[in-house]
Amino acid sequence: MNSMRRVFIVGIGATRVDEHWDKSLRDLMREASLKAIQDSGLSKRDIEAIYVGNMSSGFLQGQEHLGSLLATWIGVPGIAAAKVEAACASGGVALHQAYLAVKSGVYDCVLVVGVEKMTDAYTGDLTDALVMAEDQEYVAFTGLSFVALNAFVYRYYMKKYGAKQEDIAYFAVHDHKYAANNPLAQHPRPITLEEVMKSPPVADPIRLLECAPTGDGSAALVLCSEEKLGSLSNDVRLEIAGSAVATDVFSLHEREDPTTLHATVKAARKAFSMASIEPKDVDVLEVHDAFTVLGVIHLEDLGFAKKGEGWKLLKEGQLEKDGDLPTNTMGGLKARGHPVGATGIYQVYEVALQLRGEAGKNQVPDPEVGVAQNVGGVGSTVAVHVVKRVR
Amino acid sequence: MAYLRSVPRVWREREIKYRLIGGVCKSCGKRFYPYRQTCPACGNDDVEKIKLPETGTIEVFTVVRSPPSEFAEQAPYVVALVRLDDGTLVPAQIADVDLSEVHEGMRVEITLRRYRVQGERGIIEYGIKFRPLI
Repeated sequence: MNSMRRVFIVGIGATRVDEHWDKSLRDLMREASLKAIQDSGLSKRDIEAIYVGNMSSGFLQGQEHLGSLLATWIGVPGIAAAKVEAACASGGVALHQAYLAVKSGVYDCVLVVGVEKMTDAYTGDLTDALVMAEDQEYVAFTGLSFVALNAFVYRYYMKKYGAKQEDIAYFAVHDHKYAANNPLAQHPRPITLEEVMKSPPVADPIRLLECAPTGDGSAALVLCSEEKLGSLSNDVRLEIAGSAVATDVFSLHEREDPTTLHATVKAARKAFSMASIEPKDVDVLEVHDAFTVLGVIHLEDLGFAKKGEGWKLLKEGQLEKDGDLPTNTMGGLKARGHPVGATGIYQVYEVALQLRGEAGKNQVPDPEVGVAQNVGGVGSTVAVHVVKRVR
Repeated sequence: MAYLRSVPRVWREREIKYRLIGGVCKSCGKRFYPYRQTCPACGNDDVEKIKLPETGTIEVFTVVRSPPSEFAEQAPYVVALVRLDDGTLVPAQIADVDLSEVHEGMRVEITLRRYRVQGERGIIEYGIKFRPLI
């Protein structure tokens, strides 16, 4: 691996996460793509391949074949393009594919886009779409919703470690605090723990304000090789120093311990090793907190806390922008929003903003190493990326 | 939804779903539901088909209040992971019980019930639910 080429992020772009009634799936991914290309200083004619991360366009829009569609709608038909799907990890896995494409030497310049358009659908239909991340034939068949699966994890976690819901639910409060300063966030306003705990239950014990909202959005990155980078005048260079994807036993009920996502453990170990970093080296972190309890579990599985103690990092203030482990500093899934297939790209977009020193009021002091963790299903697939600032 | 309009899709699962057929790995001993020829734990391809026990205990449960569309008229309803008496974990709905009565550790037994209907002209999908053991 070491003999192969290095891969850099040279352009970033994103739409606001919102209920975009006036914008279609293709409008959103086109907008994010063109912003990222413009940011890179390259021309769209430089793009040799496109990877689109998306979960549910076939079910929600009746539209598949997003690779060719986007290539045409940004005016570069002819290049290689494909959609990548891995449930909520579609964005992260698309980025992994884009990384491999440049790393391999086949392409010098690749566009990776995450997109999801959720508000075209009725709530029940969206619930149908999201539970497709689990086994349709034997699990979704029972009427389990995706939230219900995470409720099981929540129950197991509280039972095993004696953690209190108030301490776990605080993750939502944390996210909203930082979303308030993120112009692209879906819910840029602070909330209180009392509001979270008094919001209605969706699938007990999970309350509404513990769940990431549904919304529309798209984020994009332009990746290029070191050779291509030579033609650009970026002061700050961002290298993808580690990129890993891992899977776990598909269905939650077949795993030995539902309170650990083994795919996170495996992907993190691999990505950290590729980047030659340890957990203590991480300056800014993005975790996939689709539900508060999962955010807590991710902190543990990524190696930042002992099992059962992830919530303590929240309580001790370590996840704040001036703490030891600034986490979800642009609002996380809960408050930036979670347009499913786009989330993995939003996370790396935000890591890049921090490493470039462009995170505004949420800027972490001088970060050099950022990590993003993107989860599909209840951990059936996990992508972990390590991004380093190189001067 | 296209995936809800298939008769053979339901028919071919009749043994596993109506009789609660699982597998036991001849290499690592893992017991699992549903049956398949490959063990999900160790990857071994030598798996024995077994009829799982008909009683068990509720390990965790939740109440679905925001259901998938085809379950809309049933909400709120209880779904659980039931630890069967041989140790196999199975996801299923809990029937014939008030929401307030369900608890972890509740003893339950299987019962064949309606799960969902394939639209106005489609067939009815049945499957195993659990009810309190009397």
